Amino acid sequence: MSTISIQGLTKRYPRVTALEGLSVEVPEGVCGLVGANGAGKSTLIKILLGLTPATSGTATVLGDDIHTAATAIRRNIGYMPEHDCLPPDASAAEFVMHLARMSGLPVDAARQRTADTLRHVGMYEERYRPMGGYSTGMKQRVKLAQALVHDPRMVFLDEPTNGLDPTGRDEMLDLIRKVHTRFGISVLVTSHLLGELERTSDHVVVIDGGRLLRSESTGNLTSQTHTLVLEVLDPAGGTDATETARKALAERDLSPRASGDLLYVPVTGPDTFDLIRDTVSAQGLGLVRLQRDRHRIAEIFGEPAAREGSAGDGDDH
Amino acid sequence: MATTTEPGKTGAIHNIGYRRYDGPRLGRRDIFLALYGQTLKGTFGIGRGLGAKIFPWLLFGSTVLPAFILVAVQTQIPPGPEGPQLLVEFGAYTVMVQAVPSLFLASQAPQAVSRDLRFHTLPLYFSRPLSYVDYVRARVAGIATGLGILVAAPLLVMYIGALLLEFPIGDMTLKLLAALVSLVFLVAMFTMIGTLIASVTPRRGLGVAAIIAVLSGSYMAATFLQALLGSFVSEPASAWGGLLSPITIYDGIQAFLFGWSPVDAAPSTPAVAPGAAAGLTLLAAAVAITALCYRLLLLRYRKVSRS
Repeated sequence: MSTISIQGLTKRYPRVTALEGLSVEVPEGVCGLVGANGAGKSTLIKILLGLTPATSGTATVLGDDIHTAATAIRRNIGYMPEHDCLPPDASAAEFVMHLARMSGLPVDAARQRTADTLRHVGMYEERYRPMGGYSTGMKQRVKLAQALVHDPRMVFLDEPTNGLDPTGRDEMLDLIRKVHTRFGISVLVTSHLLGELERTSDHVVVIDGGRLLRSESTGNLTSQTHTLVLEVLDPAGGTDATETARKALAERDLSPRASGDLLYVPVTGPDTFDLIRDTVSAQGLGLVRLQRDRHRIAEIFGEPAAREGSAGDGDDH
Repeated sequence: MATTTEPGKTGAIHNIGYRRYDGPRLGRRDIFLALYGQTLKGTFGIGRGLGAKIFPWLLFGSTVLPAFILVAVQTQIPPGPEGPQLLVEFGAYTVMVQAVPSLFLASQAPQAVSRDLRFHTLPLYFSRPLSYVDYVRARVAGIATGLGILVAAPLLVMYIGALLLEFPIGDMTLKLLAALVSLVFLVAMFTMIGTLIASVTPRRGLGVAAIIAVLSGSYMAATFLQALLGSFVSEPASAWGGLLSPITIYDGIQAFLFGWSPVDAAPSTPAVAPGAAAGLTLLAAAVAITALCYRLLLLRYRKVSRS
């Protein structure tokens, strides 16, 4: 069943077209919305929330029409904006509590839900301190908490991993995954990095220049685009370990591509991991690193990247 | 990150079972009232830090204290031949202390409005059931109520004092009601002007300065023009000069509606109630200023809500 259903959605600003005849069905679960900066992701979210009117086309969110039932939609949705939105002089506890009330929770329920939700996102004693002193990771958690505090049926998360270091990024992605698996809340999460959404999402929608590029289950998408990064080291101290490994992998019908000390190998099947490990070890080399490549969306969809400059820029306000 | 500094905690962070919320969800009206209440309390620093409380309560004290003093002095004055006379009429009091509501507005309107703009908090409101129109109305109503309490409180003190001194109750009650009705115009104009200025100045300090500049600057200009008109044209003509400032508009309306003498703001200004044309114009100006600022506020927030 679709949570969001979009038909022919177009949004034109005086000088740019942010969305162009976008039609897509978003299934339940975690859906990644991927696109380069300015691809129209934030504009789409604003239209779905009923904050900005579409030029033409229509959409329903959880069965409610964006044109006629925007208030009902906003009641059912939690929204985490991309940009900073926390007043530095307020504490997380009072701020989230206030926003819980703004979502229509009575005072006692708001207080209870605030305490619960902040704990779920991993905010403990620091919740009583002014938010101005928080790290980026803590701020992102508070932003997520305010989106969850009224127990919405679905959340829209706009670039939730922005500005986080790798550890913080992984924690946030795990948290997002849990929002669906543990809390039972559907998620629409945007990112300009396909790699990180592969891990979190059940389904990925790729838009570029306001148009739909792909809408596929993550499994389908990754089998086509999955690349591994590996780094090898010669225990004997040889300097051409990377080149040796590249040749050996090429002989095993993989198509490695060298870039500096790194090798990029497209995954062709479930046994690719084993094959790489065995091939490298057979050469007497040490496998220092073997991990999924974090793609930039532009790398996978080379052609759309060229259009990036002309795409609508409704995002960056 | 603070959560990772405490060993053992990180692993357990998210393991507490999530509970769905099945309780009541209040409608837009209740959400509006919640935001209104928060704004109103905020104007007196309630629910904010100690520092935020000092200034509004200092102002509150500085407008109520003179009222107490007036009552105290009144007890020492023997009634004249025409019966007891109020030292200061209810309607005249607010103009005498006009700097206090101006400062209150200048400090609290930016507090209520500019912070949400400056820290980009508004999308969090607008992605909830409340519309931008509700938001503007709740904020404006909260500021207006705070300001209303500030200007009405000393009048109540004077009223109760007068009753204790056995002034005629009917007369005093009518005077109080007339003064309060007139104050509605002042509060409406002040609130709309102040909120509008605050809504276009995300930097709070700038908003404070701009509101003080507009209110006190216009008041000075208005009293100056009134004095000029009074001296060189005619005494009733001086009422037209009042059009320049919300305070003198309020004063003129009060004189026009209830037949009181306008406050002698400048020594050279004669105290004559405005004629019908000037009085009606002042009334229309008050309504127009309020409506125009409200309209501009809505336009401003419509733009913000879409960006």
